[in-house]
Amino acid sequence: MGFEKFLFYVFAIVLIFAAVRVITVRNSVHAALFLVLAFFNSAALWMLLQAEFLAITLVLVYVGAVMVLFLFVVMMLDINLAPLREGFIKYLPVGAAVGLIIVVEMGLVEVHSRLFAAEQYHLIQQPAGYSNTKVLGEALYTVYVYPFEIAAVILLVAIIAAIALTMRKRPETTKYQDPAQQVLVKRGDRIRLVKMPAEKKL
Amino acid sequence: METILTLTLILAKIVAIVAPLMLAVAYLTYAERKIIGYMQVRIGPNRVGPKGWLQPIADAVKLMVKEIIIPSGANRFLFILAPILSIGPALAAWAVIPFGKGMVLANLDAGLLYLLALTSLGVYGVIISGWASNSKYAFLGAMRSAAQIVSYEIAMGFALVGVLMAAGSLNLQDIVLKQQGGLLHWFWLPLLPLFVVYFIAGVAETNRAPFDVAEGESEIVAGFHVEYSGMTFAVFFLAEYANMVLISALASTLFLGGWLSPFEGIPVLGEPGLIWFVLKMAIFLFLFLWFRATFPRYRYDQIMRLGWKVFIPVTLVWIGVLGLAILFRVGPWFA
Repeated sequence: MGFEKFLFYVFAIVLIFAAVRVITVRNSVHAALFLVLAFFNSAALWMLLQAEFLAITLVLVYVGAVMVLFLFVVMMLDINLAPLREGFIKYLPVGAAVGLIIVVEMGLVEVHSRLFAAEQYHLIQQPAGYSNTKVLGEALYTVYVYPFEIAAVILLVAIIAAIALTMRKRPETTKYQDPAQQVLVKRGDRIRLVKMPAEKKL
Repeated sequence: METILTLTLILAKIVAIVAPLMLAVAYLTYAERKIIGYMQVRIGPNRVGPKGWLQPIADAVKLMVKEIIIPSGANRFLFILAPILSIGPALAAWAVIPFGKGMVLANLDAGLLYLLALTSLGVYGVIISGWASNSKYAFLGAMRSAAQIVSYEIAMGFALVGVLMAAGSLNLQDIVLKQQGGLLHWFWLPLLPLFVVYFIAGVAETNRAPFDVAEGESEIVAGFHVEYSGMTFAVFFLAEYANMVLISALASTLFLGGWLSPFEGIPVLGEPGLIWFVLKMAIFLFLFLWFRATFPRYRYDQIMRLGWKVFIPVTLVWIGVLGLAILFRVGPWFA
């Protein structure tokens, strides 16, 4: 067993452990932290596949930004955990069925590729000067430029929609500060200097 | 056998980076107290050793022998883990910083992206410490810090996009080499607004004054590390200063030509070398200390306004300008 394979198993085991803990742990903050661990380990696995751009982006976007906001919200929540656990037995069959279907599908993919495309199992070794980032960039901005731009526009629409939905009109009584006006304030507007004769020494 | 040899070599390189870094951090605290002291017409520490030079060592020893107190309501594991999560990324980021031509631990092609990813991880230490302490002050500090870091990261990321466009590479070594040609060829000039935004966002990311609402002692005692003592506190402290050194190193690499000399073309003075890199870092570190001695703390809503309504639009506009500059091959930078 090579060193890389050893690393793969370490990361894979931690990943599966973390993923299972995400749904089994009782505390929601702990669940979010396990999710962070899971993302991190999958990034490490991608790194082993020589997809360093994707691996770093996964860490940057999901671990660095999405999960921070997630934790931010989860920590502020005041949830009573008992009612959340109530329907566990009731929904167990449905959940188990969905899980089973996913496992079977994954198995089918595995069997299919093993039977018909065995050569896919070998990692394509790239030459030393190969830059993953450059190749991805070139593909995205030439062959896939339209899907890429359309995805970007969809995301932009989503951002605007999210802002429009959460922006609510505050009541008229809410006080606002206008920084532009604050900056324009002169000393003369606020202070009046009064000249007074000094009191006589007694 | 060969693997062991490479591993030892890498380990030796890591030690060669981290050991001077830790020493720099220790003496940065001394420099901070001295410089702020002189700015406030005081002398600063001058009792331990000649001129107080042994003060940081004494502080380190003191912090190491102090008791680590874990609050009774705290989550033990996360409480101890938080400072480690705080310092880990601050040290790991140094792997891609080039100290000279070829003098880099990992010559990563996606170096800039790696740095962005790692600097965004530092916030976990703060959030987790605030939550695990089970203390209101700590929690408030953590929430403030999380909101602040996430906001300024966007402006910081856009500033880095500018650097990436100007250099045409994510590799830090290539970015420095692209700035060859002396003071006026460095990226600070064509990217001036991005440079300013980057450094100020860097100050905000490290939770330093005037953006230190996360620990704002007049409002929330010490913020996220209020419950920490002894070595656990020391690690947070180390992480903050290591991050300051990191931001300074990055600003010098990305905008001030890294190890390149400002007088290129002149014999002897024009030679590139580590000394230039260290000098440039020292300038930024001095700025960090100067800010702390000069500016009062920002109000929380002002921080958010500055980040979202000033910095992000500025960077967006300048990225557009930069695109045009590159298209029309303006100046010596994009020829």
